[in-house]
Amino acid sequence: MTALLEVSGVSVTFDGFRAINNLSFSIGAAELRAIIGPNGAGKTTFMDIVTGKTRPDAGTVSFGERSLSLLGMNEAQIAREGVGRKFQRPTVFEDQTVEANLILALKAPRSPWRVLFCKPRQSDLARVRELADEVGLGDHLQRKSGELSHGQKQWLEIAMLLAQEPRLLLVDEPAAGMTPAEREHTTALLVSLAKTRAVVVVEHDMEFIRRLNCRVTVLHEGSVLAEGSLDHVTRDPQVISVYLGRG
Amino acid sequence: MTSPSSVRKYPTGGAGGVKPPAFTDSPSLFARNPSVLIFIACLAAFTLAVTLMSEAFGAGVISTSFVKTLGKTLCLCLVALAMDLIWGYAGILSLGHMAFFALGGYMIGMWLMYARTEEIVVTALSQGGLPATPEEISQGIATQIFGVVGSSDLPLIWSLAHSLPLQLSLALAVPGTLALVFGWLAFRSRVTGVYLSILTQAMTLALALYLFQNDSGLRGNNGLSGLQNLPGLDGTSQDIVSIWFFWASALALGLGYLTLSWVVSGKFGSVIRAIRDDEARVRFLGYPVEVYKLFLFTLTALIAAIAGVLYYPQAGIINPAELAPIASIYLAVWVAIGGRGRLYGAVIGAAFVSLLSSLFTSGRLPDIAFGPVALSWVNWWLVILGLAFVAVTLFAPKGIGGLFDRFQNLRTPDRKGAPLGPDDGSLQEQEAQQ
Amino acid sequence: MRLTALIVAATLWLAPALAFAEGQAAQIIAENRDQIEKPSRQTIGPVITALAASGDPMADDILSAWADKRLVIRKADNALLLATPDGDGLSLSALDGTPAGTATKADLTELKPNAGVRGLIAAALVQFTLTDPDPARRAAALTSIARDPTAETLEPLRAAIETETDPALKAQKQRLERFLTLRFDPDPEARVAAIESLGSDTALDVRAALNPLVATTRIAGAGAPQGQNVARSLTIGRDLNDSEAYALLVAANLAPARLTLQEQRDALLANVVNGTIGGIPVAELNTQAARDRAYTALEAAGTVAAAATDDEAKAALAAHRFFDVYVEPDPTVTDAARAALTRIDRKVSVMQAADLGLDALSLAAIFFLAAIGLAITFGVMGVINMAHGEFITMGAYTGFVVQLFVPDYTLSILIALPLAFVVTFGAGVAMERLVIRHLYKRPLETLLATFGISIALQQILKNVFGTQARPLTAPGWLDGSLTFNDVVSISYIRIAIFVLALVFLMFFLYLMKRTRLGLEVRAVTQNPAMAASMGINPDRINMLTFGLGSGIAGIAGVAIGLYAKVTSEMGADYIVQSFMTVVVGGVGNVWGTLAGATMIGSLQKLIEFLNPSNTLAAQTYMILFIILFIQFRPRGIIALRGRAAGD
Repeated sequence: MTALLEVSGVSVTFDGFRAINNLSFSIGAAELRAIIGPNGAGKTTFMDIVTGKTRPDAGTVSFGERSLSLLGMNEAQIAREGVGRKFQRPTVFEDQTVEANLILALKAPRSPWRVLFCKPRQSDLARVRELADEVGLGDHLQRKSGELSHGQKQWLEIAMLLAQEPRLLLVDEPAAGMTPAEREHTTALLVSLAKTRAVVVVEHDMEFIRRLNCRVTVLHEGSVLAEGSLDHVTRDPQVISVYLGRG
Repeated sequence: MTSPSSVRKYPTGGAGGVKPPAFTDSPSLFARNPSVLIFIACLAAFTLAVTLMSEAFGAGVISTSFVKTLGKTLCLCLVALAMDLIWGYAGILSLGHMAFFALGGYMIGMWLMYARTEEIVVTALSQGGLPATPEEISQGIATQIFGVVGSSDLPLIWSLAHSLPLQLSLALAVPGTLALVFGWLAFRSRVTGVYLSILTQAMTLALALYLFQNDSGLRGNNGLSGLQNLPGLDGTSQDIVSIWFFWASALALGLGYLTLSWVVSGKFGSVIRAIRDDEARVRFLGYPVEVYKLFLFTLTALIAAIAGVLYYPQAGIINPAELAPIASIYLAVWVAIGGRGRLYGAVIGAAFVSLLSSLFTSGRLPDIAFGPVALSWVNWWLVILGLAFVAVTLFAPKGIGGLFDRFQNLRTPDRKGAPLGPDDGSLQEQEAQQ
Repeated sequence: MRLTALIVAATLWLAPALAFAEGQAAQIIAENRDQIEKPSRQTIGPVITALAASGDPMADDILSAWADKRLVIRKADNALLLATPDGDGLSLSALDGTPAGTATKADLTELKPNAGVRGLIAAALVQFTLTDPDPARRAAALTSIARDPTAETLEPLRAAIETETDPALKAQKQRLERFLTLRFDPDPEARVAAIESLGSDTALDVRAALNPLVATTRIAGAGAPQGQNVARSLTIGRDLNDSEAYALLVAANLAPARLTLQEQRDALLANVVNGTIGGIPVAELNTQAARDRAYTALEAAGTVAAAATDDEAKAALAAHRFFDVYVEPDPTVTDAARAALTRIDRKVSVMQAADLGLDALSLAAIFFLAAIGLAITFGVMGVINMAHGEFITMGAYTGFVVQLFVPDYTLSILIALPLAFVVTFGAGVAMERLVIRHLYKRPLETLLATFGISIALQQILKNVFGTQARPLTAPGWLDGSLTFNDVVSISYIRIAIFVLALVFLMFFLYLMKRTRLGLEVRAVTQNPAMAASMGINPDRINMLTFGLGSGIAGIAGVAIGLYAKVTSEMGADYIVQSFMTVVVGGVGNVWGTLAGATMIGSLQKLIEFLNPSNTLAAQTYMILFIILFIQFRPRGIIALRGRAAGD
């Protein structure tokens, strides 16, 4: 399996503090990967680098078959290349309807001129309905998303990510604040998504990760400490000492 | 993409049920936004009423100067529309749009003044016995126009002033280019929020200070004057000209309203409101936020310039004071009082506040006596306006437009205590980081 | 004529020998009576010189009286007498000083020497005043010579140096002697020596003395000018344009004057025949080419004078050369003067840079004062206060009101500074409690609401204090300026503002780093929720911080009012610059504000220096520069980096 995302030798320094230290990481085109690590291990900074929010001081980030370098690109260009990101807190456009939110996210030309003259086709609308039905928001298409419950917003955001049709999905603590039933549902969704694309999940909850049943990368002080199956890494003495031992 | 069909529907969502009609099901702009039709109808009725009451074509109930005031107000409404698009919809509080408005006015003013002076100079020279040569004419025009700043050469920037079409294209090109360059610089370096506001204010101030110089080529603080006299129309009285401009202003406002309604109603409107509410999130959806902002900034600058082109021939004079930063602040005040984020709110605000302003500052209202102290409206109007503005910001962030919501008994979205308004995007961005 | 001159020459040589020869003056006058009664500038010189050199103690009085039109002829006996106003009439005395009774104006004929003659007399009198026993009169004489130096004064001045007893006056005389020598001494070597002795003295009077030596005039000629001190040869197109060059030719009678368009037009109009001019119909004369043709036709017919054509003018220009020549004929002198001026200019540039630096520092201090209050509210609290400018104005008006009641300026300023703080602190706290508190986390709306307050406050101040500027007078001990030399100086008010700015910097640093309040402010800034959970009341801290920022604006208002005019709009003039200072410097950091103020102040002064005629343009370029600067350092000079900065 060739790698979809290849991060090698990346370092970032904030005011003398090395947030990411010579980090190398790669993920295949259809793979589910969990990233764990203590606070400050650089998980969020790693996602910031991949999505173009933070520029690394050194290293390379390449993406896709053509090994496109993501370093010279801005957030929007990277997103258009097919990198989707879900934040920990649901961020949907509360002032707009569920349908408008989904149409915004739908894969389509993004330039102002094209958007100005864009008229949603029937197929687009059908796709929006399908997505909404899938996450249980089919009856709420015309409601303002600000009126939705917290859980419904989470689902709306997931539906928006799906509408974007990303090739790489970065998910930040998806299970936070969810009921057990919702977690189960989320797990199933992530596992099925990973059949067609790369999914990176950052999570603290070991139980959740165990259910994902995938390779795990452990970050510590900005670089990879261990990588392998969950059982493999939980046996690693280093991992136990820096992370599991404390938790 | 293949949908993850193995996933169950979200448990809490009720299966089946009648789907409410989606907004994209009704294709017509008017059907989606009945307010557009209502607005156009009101504007047409108003135009007809003013025409029928004017001195030129009707009963003469309304004086010519008041027709001009109304025409100017329509232009201010148009620039307020532009402000609403950039601020109310896209959340960019520009304090520079009156600069674009005045630049448009300067550009049309250059043609008006040049052509009018040319007529006068040719007439004067033809009485000298010999027909005038082109050199004599241009020398005469330059002396006439620039004598007041102690110069007799026509600056380079006037080289297109002889031609109406060329100068009209400049009236769009100059503000448009300025907006494009400034916007590119500002948005490229991700200047947002209050920083952007202050930067646009600085731009306005720089431009005003530049124009105040005598060697700016635009007559320094004298500005351009006599713009109400249209070249070649000596025989036509101002009564008629004022109605023409009133019609043109009403037409421009109507077209502007239609265009902007169309712009904000579709997916584009959805994108820019999304930018207002959470810029970072829109970026992660793949939209080039900076390009959108630049597009909007330039588009609204062009609309402001068109409004200026129509406004200043009715005002008759333009000088650098028109570009003072305070003018753009008043523009923001109008839109805020009218209600931002809805187009008719901007129009109502601009019309209401600017007409009240001209009423209170006209000096025709009697003073109010508080015992021995008489308070004159002229002196206290700005105090009232300033405090009213504070009150609107504090207690009625939706402005006058908010009243319409009450009439229609529309429920406002429950944002779970999150503040309304365009600027909380940056906060969410910060939260998203944590 | 010749005889008198001989006599005069003789007396001149004899003069030292006849020192204290009483009556000598009277004798000279008697001998030259005709000339004295009707003097002419060309011929009277030797007589005056003889009188001055006679050594007669009366000569001074006689010459002064003559210059003052007090040398009179008594009509009764045709005697030449000195008159002194005495009550309604005049008291008279003979030329040897003996009293000669009184008279009325009607009895006398005044001698009225013309201005030229009076000038000669004055020059002759110099030697008397230069040696006058009264030092004040000697100083006055030196001043008058320095103001209008002439060749005649050189010798008397030299003669007066030896006997000078006052060291200051002696130095002044020696200095003036060198100035006169370098211009008027007949010996070029003496002149060059005088020039070189000045070194690179940057005083204004040195430059004033040297500049006439290198003055040039512009001439035209067929070849290189003979016997003239050429400064440089001129090239048409680079040093002067065609019409200027042609004007030189015309002035030197080397070419005929060219026809102006107006003259051509008049000439054409004077020759209209049957609706045509020179055979061309009048209606067709609407281009310059047609008019030229018509004029040529008239020339050919001989009805108008021939004017130089373009070709002729070109040929004339090509046939001549143009030069700048020194008025001063001696090249060694001009070279020396030029070298000295170059030396001086170099030194003056250094001085000017120093002066510019001082100016920039004081402007920076003003910007810093105006901006530091804003830096607190904007930088520390993230609150935009557009009414900050009005708080500055309120401070200045507080000073004005205090001066209405306390006439002593020193005392009134001492009262005004804390009072302005109290007033604007109160206004700031009121504003924070009533408005801003409700708008935290909504910066754009805070900006708008404070705009509203700014509009209202400005109008209220205008209604109360009127639109005209009000005086805020600095105490007398702040008048004047600290002068280092003719180039470098700085006014005491600006020094005071600078000191005040320093005090504020120290105060602010102390407050933020060393006090409990500063600690709490920093805690609330960094994490309000955590601060609140540790028992800090964020409401109270915000209120105090805002009040503090506003209060400092009030004090800045008093300081700024001391040198700028106090109007209701004065604060608004500073608001944009203040914001720029904070933004350029970097938000949330007092050192950033200091750096921003220094940069903006220096840049503004630098641009003003490069383009001195136009302060408006300076501000325009300043703002453009700032807009560009933010491109490269969006977070300001001193930026918070990393996670703390937020994004």
